[in-house]
Amino acid sequence: MPKNSKVLKVDYEKCTGCRLCELVCSVKHDHVSNPTRSRIRVIKWESEGIYVPVSCQQCEDAPCVIGCPAKALSRNADMARVDVDYEKCIGCRTCVSVCPFGAMHFVSTDRKVVKCDLCDGEPQCVRFCDVNAVLFVEPRDLGMQKGREAARRLQAADRKASSLLEVP
Amino acid sequence: MALNRKIAYIDLTTGDIQVKPIPLEIRRRFLGGRGLDAYLLYNHTSQGVDPLGPDNVLLISGGLLTATCASATTRTHVMAKSALTGFLGSTNMGGFFAPELAWAGFHHLVIRGKAAKPVYLFIHDGEIEIRDAKNIWGKSATETQWAIQEELADPEVKSLVIGPAGENLVRFANVRTGIKNSGGRTGMGCIMGSKNLKAVAARGTMDIKIARPVEALEYNKRFIDQITSSKVNQTQGTLGTPFIWGATNSWGGVRSRNFQYNQCEYADDIEPEHLDEIATATMGPYHMASCYACQVHCRARYKLPSGPYAGKYDEGPEYTSLGAFGAEPDCRNAETVLTGNYLVNQYGLDNLETGSMISWAMELFELGILTKEQTGGLDLRFGNDEALIEMIHRICYRKGWLGDTLADGGIPASEKIGKNSFDYLIQVKGMNNLHSDERATPALALNIATASRGSDHLRSRPAIDLYHLPEPVLRKIYSSPVPYDGPLSSEHTAYEGKPWQVFWQENCYMAVDCLGICKYHTVFLGATHPNFEDWAKVVFYNTGLELSPVQIWEIAERCNMIERLFNLREGLTRNDPRKGDTLSHRYFDEPCLRGAPGVVGIKIDKDKFVQMLDEFYSHKGLDQNGIPKPETLKRLGLEGEPSRQL
Repeated sequence: MPKNSKVLKVDYEKCTGCRLCELVCSVKHDHVSNPTRSRIRVIKWESEGIYVPVSCQQCEDAPCVIGCPAKALSRNADMARVDVDYEKCIGCRTCVSVCPFGAMHFVSTDRKVVKCDLCDGEPQCVRFCDVNAVLFVEPRDLGMQKGREAARRLQAADRKASSLLEVP
Repeated sequence: MALNRKIAYIDLTTGDIQVKPIPLEIRRRFLGGRGLDAYLLYNHTSQGVDPLGPDNVLLISGGLLTATCASATTRTHVMAKSALTGFLGSTNMGGFFAPELAWAGFHHLVIRGKAAKPVYLFIHDGEIEIRDAKNIWGKSATETQWAIQEELADPEVKSLVIGPAGENLVRFANVRTGIKNSGGRTGMGCIMGSKNLKAVAARGTMDIKIARPVEALEYNKRFIDQITSSKVNQTQGTLGTPFIWGATNSWGGVRSRNFQYNQCEYADDIEPEHLDEIATATMGPYHMASCYACQVHCRARYKLPSGPYAGKYDEGPEYTSLGAFGAEPDCRNAETVLTGNYLVNQYGLDNLETGSMISWAMELFELGILTKEQTGGLDLRFGNDEALIEMIHRICYRKGWLGDTLADGGIPASEKIGKNSFDYLIQVKGMNNLHSDERATPALALNIATASRGSDHLRSRPAIDLYHLPEPVLRKIYSSPVPYDGPLSSEHTAYEGKPWQVFWQENCYMAVDCLGICKYHTVFLGATHPNFEDWAKVVFYNTGLELSPVQIWEIAERCNMIERLFNLREGLTRNDPRKGDTLSHRYFDEPCLRGAPGVVGIKIDKDKFVQMLDEFYSHKGLDQNGIPKPETLKRLGLEGEPSRQL
C-alpha cells in the first residue's frame, strides 16, 4: 500500500480570495511569511471578483519530469506526487516553463525552484481553508462529486422548467 | 522579522526620502500601526497646523503583526490631522495593501510636503520611487489601481488610492484599496489630494521571518477554529455587515430620516436577505470574499442588477451603505443603495459622511431651511432616490452651491447655510455618526461622544452590550487583563458600569489597531473572540517580542492618551457641542419614536450621561475637564512628549 493516494482538489468557486493558503504554505515550508515562496497561489482578477487557487496537479505523466534535463524531477508513487531532487537540480527553470498550470515557481532569493509536496500527506492549505476551496481527496471520488453537483443542478433546472408548463 | 520593518520619511516638496529602522524601545511603547502613527503625528506636527498645508503629515502603516502568521493581519492605517474635523484624522481598512507594504520592507510611511504636480509612490523591496501620476489623475478609485498595475506591468501590485473626490478636496474623501476596502473616516483622501498624492503602490517579495513558526501556525489554527465556530461569524460570513443593520433595525437601533426615527419601516428591499439574493443571482452561491488571511469573509461580490450602472461589478454593500443610501434618506430600494455604494466606491467618498450630509440637507429642505434655489432646483425630499444620487455626483465634483457647501463637511456647511441648521446635524467633533441610533444604549452613546476621531463606532463600542450576556460572563471579559470589581450590567439601557466597558473596549480596539488585526477578530461582535491574553502569545510566537497581556493593555492606554493629547492640543474641550466629548442635543431632547417596547420613548438622560463621562474620565486618569492628570502622564511615560525620538 502506498503511503498516500490522495490529491489536492481545488474548488475555485468556493475561494474567498484570502490567500491564507499562501501564508501557511510559506510558514510551513520556509518558516517565513512570503507569498512568493508559496507552492499554492491564488490567481485573481480583482476587477471581476474572480479568484482561482492554483497548485501542482502532481501529474501522472508530468511535463516537468519529462522536460527536466538533469532528471531531478521524478514521480514518487508512494506519496502520489512529483518530487524535486535538489542534489540533481541545476536551476534551469525548464520545469517552470513547461508546467501547463504555472504551478512550478522559482524563488529568486534562494535561486531554486519550489513545488507542492502535499506537506508529506497533511497539506496545510487544506487544513486552514475553512470554506473548503482546497480539499485533499481520493481521486476516484472526484468525478462522482462533480457528477453529483451537476446532477443536482440539472434536476433543479428540470423541475423549474416543468413547473413553467403546469396549468394553473 | 516583523521587527525589522522600516519607517520611511518622504518629503513630496523636495523629493527627499530617508529610511530608518524602528527601535525596539519605541515598539515596546507604541507597538506599531495606529499607536505608532499617533506618536508620529504628535511628534511631527505642531499646534494649529493647516490640515491642507504641506506641514501636515500623512502617515500610512501596517501593524506589528501585519502579514505574519496570525489571522486577519490585513489592516492598513492612515493618519493625519483631519481637514473635516480639525482633530485627529485616522482611518483603518482591510484588503491587501498593508501586507504588500510589509513584504516590501516597510511598516510606516511619514509623508509631508506637497508635490508640485500629481505623483504616486511606488514601494518595492526596500526601494521607494516618486512617480508621475499625470496618466492616472482624474481616474476613479478602481481604474487608478488597474492603471498602476498596467503601468508597472505587474498585476500583483497593490495600491492605496484616492478617487476624484480626494482630488477635489472633498473634506470627507476617503482612501481606498481593492474594489471596496475603504479608509473611510475623517477624510484622509482629502489630505492625500492636498499633497498631490494620487496613490501609494506597493509590491514586496521580502521574507517576514516568523520567530516560532510551529507554534505560530498551531495557534493561528486555534484562533481560526474558535472564530469560525461562533454563530455571529457564521452569520456575518453569509450576509456580511448588512446582517447587523437588519438585526438592529428590527428593534429600533438605526437612524432614519436624519435621526427623526430610530427604525426604517417597510425596508424589505434593503434587508440583508434580499441583498444576498442579488449577490447569489449575479455571482453564484459562493459570493463572499475575504481580506488577507481572514476567514470571516464578510463582504459580498455582486453585479448591479439594475439602474444606470447595471452589470458593473462591485463589493459590499456594508451596513453603512444601507444606512447612508437607504434608511437615512428614506430611499428603501436596493437599486438606490447599490448605485450609491458603487458611486462612492468609484469616487472615493466616505459613504457614511456622504449619506449623512445629504440626509441632513433633506431634513433642512423639508423644514424650509434650505431653499430650492440653494439646492439648484432639486426637490431634495426624503425618499427622492434620484435627488440622492444626483447629490453624490454634485458633492464629488463640488457642483452647484449645495454640492460645494456639503463637500466642506458638516460644521462649515452649517455655518454657510446658517439659521438653526446646526441643530439638525448628528455629529461629534465635526464628524457625522454611523447610521445607528444610540438613544437606547447609553454605553454606545458614551462611545461615540468620546471617540478620538469624532463620532465613531469603531474606537470603543461595547457592541456585545446588546447581547444581554449574564453578568458573570461580562465580568470574565471585562476584568482581564486588569482587575475590575465595579458594577457591570447586562441591561443595554442601563448606565451602570458602562464607562468601564467603553474604557476596556477603547484599549482592546487600540491594541488590535496597533497589531494590524481586524476588529472582527476580537471582542467586538463575538464575546468569546481573542483578546489580550491571546495577543501576548501571538506577538511572541510571530515576532519574539515578549509582552504580557497587561503590558499590551498599558501600550493601548498610552496610545489612546497620545491621541487625546493631540486632540487637546487642537482645541478639544469637554462640553463644546462642536469640539467636545458630547452628543447632539437631539440625543437628550428627542425620544425614540419607533422600535421594541423598551425602546419607544427612550432618550439619553443628560445627568446620567454626565455621570458616565465623569466616570469614564476617571478610568482614563483625566481630570473633570478631560485633561490628563500629571500622574497619569507619568504612569504612561508621556510626560516628555513630544520627545521626537523617531
